[in-house]
Amino acid sequence: MRKYIINSIFLCSIVAIIVSCQNQETIDLQNYMSNGKDIYIAKCQNCHGLNGEGLGQLAPPLTDSVFLKANKNRLACIIKNGANESLIIHGKEYKEKMPAFPELTDIDVAQVMVYATNSFGNNQGFVPYKKVSLQLQNCK
Amino acid sequence: MNKIISSIAICLLFITILSSCQQDKKLPFYGERHAETVKDANGAEKIDTIYQTIPNWSFLNQDSVVTTNKATDGKVYIADFFFTSCTTICPTMHRNLITVYNEFKTNPNVMFVSHTIDFKYDRPYVLKKYAQKLGVDGPKWQFLYGSKDSVYTLAEKNYLVAVGEDSTAKDGYIHQGYLVLIDKDRRIRGAYDGTKEDQVEQLKKDIPVLLAEYKK
Ligand code: HEC
Repeated sequence: MRKYIINSIFLCSIVAIIVSCQNQETIDLQNYMSNGKDIYIAKCQNCHGLNGEGLGQLAPPLTDSVFLKANKNRLACIIKNGANESLIIHGKEYKEKMPAFPELTDIDVAQVMVYATNSFGNNQGFVPYKKVSLQLQNCK
Repeated sequence: MNKIISSIAICLLFITILSSCQQDKKLPFYGERHAETVKDANGAEKIDTIYQTIPNWSFLNQDSVVTTNKATDGKVYIADFFFTSCTTICPTMHRNLITVYNEFKTNPNVMFVSHTIDFKYDRPYVLKKYAQKLGVDGPKWQFLYGSKDSVYTLAEKNYLVAVGEDSTAKDGYIHQGYLVLIDKDRRIRGAYDGTKEDQVEQLKKDIPVLLAEYKK
């Protein structure tokens, strides 16, 4: 009997830890989304648009989920350091220059990246800031 | 006593309503003005108010063609100052201005004139590429290139828009994002912050009001 009680308490606490972990992640996601949105409006919306629609051939849309997935490991670097190469988004070529944002800290980059990749029809889920930090250390 | 107050109040209300009606029909005039004595058709003298006007200008457009103020003769137009490598307010200004352009696309009495303030880099072919990528290539929207002096003077003295070089600014220039509405007599009739959607909506409402002034 005693063993049974101990076992069930043990099991319950494991379940509780998992549940609370998940909660922590949803809370983090919500935080990232709301801060990321503020950063997006202040720094990105002028070029990429309220709904991520882009601006003519001057700035690409952020609605190409396939592109964003395929390049998920370098999005942080693009956001922080800008880009100046030929990119194919939704089958169209874009090659204008995106400016760098040296003023964005690693956590800012993580938040705006999570916002962009979970808005405008994208659904890539949460990426913790530690992982983004690591990606930023290895930008080419 | 109460009666007097309430009748004064009603009177005031009436005056405000009436005067606001008048304002609805006519847009204001911007800039300096002075009174001048002019003779009317019968030779009788009267005092008239003279408003600030946009002087003659001549620039290269996106097709490297010399373009002058004659291009805007008989039209109302919207002028702004920008540069193609601007990463802050210009994309928003032109994103909003396209919606105005699209609304008046088929109206031959409306034109658009964008002056670059980047005299170093924004040569006509750069402007051409920009216009095409923005998706608005054609004579209705002129993108104009000129010397620093001519463009900056025109901006500050005539269109009342502040522009300047600034090595501390992110892209090397600072400028205001006004869309300036000019009437057929080259007078300033409105200035709208092109980065604010509500002001751009107001511009869309004011253009027909201005055009209507010339229908009488
Ligand atoms: C001045 C305009 C401008 C601003 C501001 C801007 N971008 Fe970009 N962005 C671009 C351009 C142009 C490209 C394409 C670059 C290339 O072709 O090399 C691009 C590409 C991208 C891409 C990869 C391509 C795509 O469409 O998925 C992402 C992601 C991105 N930007 C996110 C952002 C974020 C997040 C911000 C705000 C921190 C931002 N951008 C701010 C112009 C801009």
